[in-house]
Amino acid sequence: MSTNGAPRLDVAAIRKDFAILETGIAYLDSANTSQRPRQVTGAMMDYFEKFNSNIHRAAYKIAEEATERYEGTREKVRAFINAASTKEIIYTRGTTEAINLVAYSWGRKNIKKGDLIVLTILDHHSNIVPWQILAAANGATIEYVDIDERGELRLDQFHELLKRSPKLVAFSQVSNALGTINPAIEMVAAAKKAGATVLVDGAQGAPHQGVDVQALGCDFYAFSGHKMLGPTGAGILYGRRSLLEEMDPFMSGGDMIKTVRIEGTTYHDLPWRFEAGTQAIAEVIGLGAAVDYLDGLGMEAVRAHEREITEYAYEALSDIEGLTLYGPPPSRRAGVISFSLEGIHPHDLATIADRDQVCLRAGHHCAMPLMTRLGVAATARASFYVYTQKDEVDRLVGSIREAQRIFK
Amino acid sequence: MSTGTAADDQFYREYILDHYKNPRNFGRLEHPDISHEEDNPLCGDVVGMDFRVKEGLIEDVRFHGRGCAISQASASLLTERLKGMALDDAKKIGKEDVLGELGIQISPARIKCALLSLKVLKVGAYGLASDDEDEE
Repeated sequence: MSTNGAPRLDVAAIRKDFAILETGIAYLDSANTSQRPRQVTGAMMDYFEKFNSNIHRAAYKIAEEATERYEGTREKVRAFINAASTKEIIYTRGTTEAINLVAYSWGRKNIKKGDLIVLTILDHHSNIVPWQILAAANGATIEYVDIDERGELRLDQFHELLKRSPKLVAFSQVSNALGTINPAIEMVAAAKKAGATVLVDGAQGAPHQGVDVQALGCDFYAFSGHKMLGPTGAGILYGRRSLLEEMDPFMSGGDMIKTVRIEGTTYHDLPWRFEAGTQAIAEVIGLGAAVDYLDGLGMEAVRAHEREITEYAYEALSDIEGLTLYGPPPSRRAGVISFSLEGIHPHDLATIADRDQVCLRAGHHCAMPLMTRLGVAATARASFYVYTQKDEVDRLVGSIREAQRIFK
Repeated sequence: MSTGTAADDQFYREYILDHYKNPRNFGRLEHPDISHEEDNPLCGDVVGMDFRVKEGLIEDVRFHGRGCAISQASASLLTERLKGMALDDAKKIGKEDVLGELGIQISPARIKCALLSLKVLKVGAYGLASDDEDEE
């Protein structure tokens, strides 16, 4: 539904920024990790070749430049998700580390014996396992919100669980396996009203739609740079300042301290209290360039393009006999389509697609509880981003037909 | 009409597809002397094998499971080889034997699929051996 007047992406121009696409691949695995444009790799190369040095310590010029560029990403990210302050923007290695940080630093202090944690069956392992470890350590229980036949969360069940006053509610904004866009604003509001602390896993949200953490109203928001055109190894934890102020460090050591004496240590201010040791400087600079790139495109246009491609792919795949689609209709999902083929295992399909240079994911997508719920061991998954064009979807359809011919 | 390259057809050779679609020795044995199952959680492949062993010989073997063509064809091929074989000889079957029998290039990502049935055999066979020793 790319309506008239909505901003549009110039995909042909965008593709010129991605050197890897010149190899001829049809890259349909962006929900796994995206590609990075020259602007991102260039920013990282600049650091390596022009001002490579450590941050926050040295008194010479290139170190000042490195520090400035590293810290500059913080303001870009703050603006990107409309946080109130850069003190609320913590660099992590990615979503997984961000959630682990909250589970450790906030969870160990605040989750008590008998407390309830509410998660969903749609969640990625990174938003399940840290809470399972915390629940086991502190004696809490976990309940999972189920999905309906369309792969959408059972909100009736969610509201029932909220009546039991959970201490924490954590859910993904967008399902990585089905593409389901959860009604995050409504869910956060209800959970806050029930008195819960709320974490939103934005790994599949932030890359694909505009995010406003203040409008969303969550306490924590976690996402990864590498799914939004940035490099691996740099991600973000947004945390409400009043909560972060009360939290103990996660990792400790250099750079996160004010003073260290034999008698004890005082910790650094926010956000550095949570950033111990030498940081992923080049990666954070690369993440800043990725945010600039997405800002340049406009997140509204990014979402509109993904929706157009997703609708096109959904329709094309629906026409194939023996193909089962999982999840909601295209208007209610992000650029992710999970499916299976009768008589052909997803791995066999992915192998055949690979021969056509079509990069397709096959497996459980780090969402084994969801796969169990769907009654499948694995699915094939195609996912799209700003550089995806329709002829790549056509190539996928060709690979599927080829697999059906071979396995006929 | 085929867009398939030679490589495709080579990878999914006729006899591999045949073993996938018409698996040999598929099913379960009643009262097996050895029964073992393994899975590959990454892709959901499951292979289990039942053996009847008499005087050190594999008298009968069946496999069950589900998964990709490579894991299931590999298991089917392996059962054909195992029938009538001495258990001690079966233990000596190696990775190269199994991959050789498949006769295709297996990418690193798919090696686990190809070798799942061998793992079932190894764990199962050595498990029985240690039980025997306990009894003696």
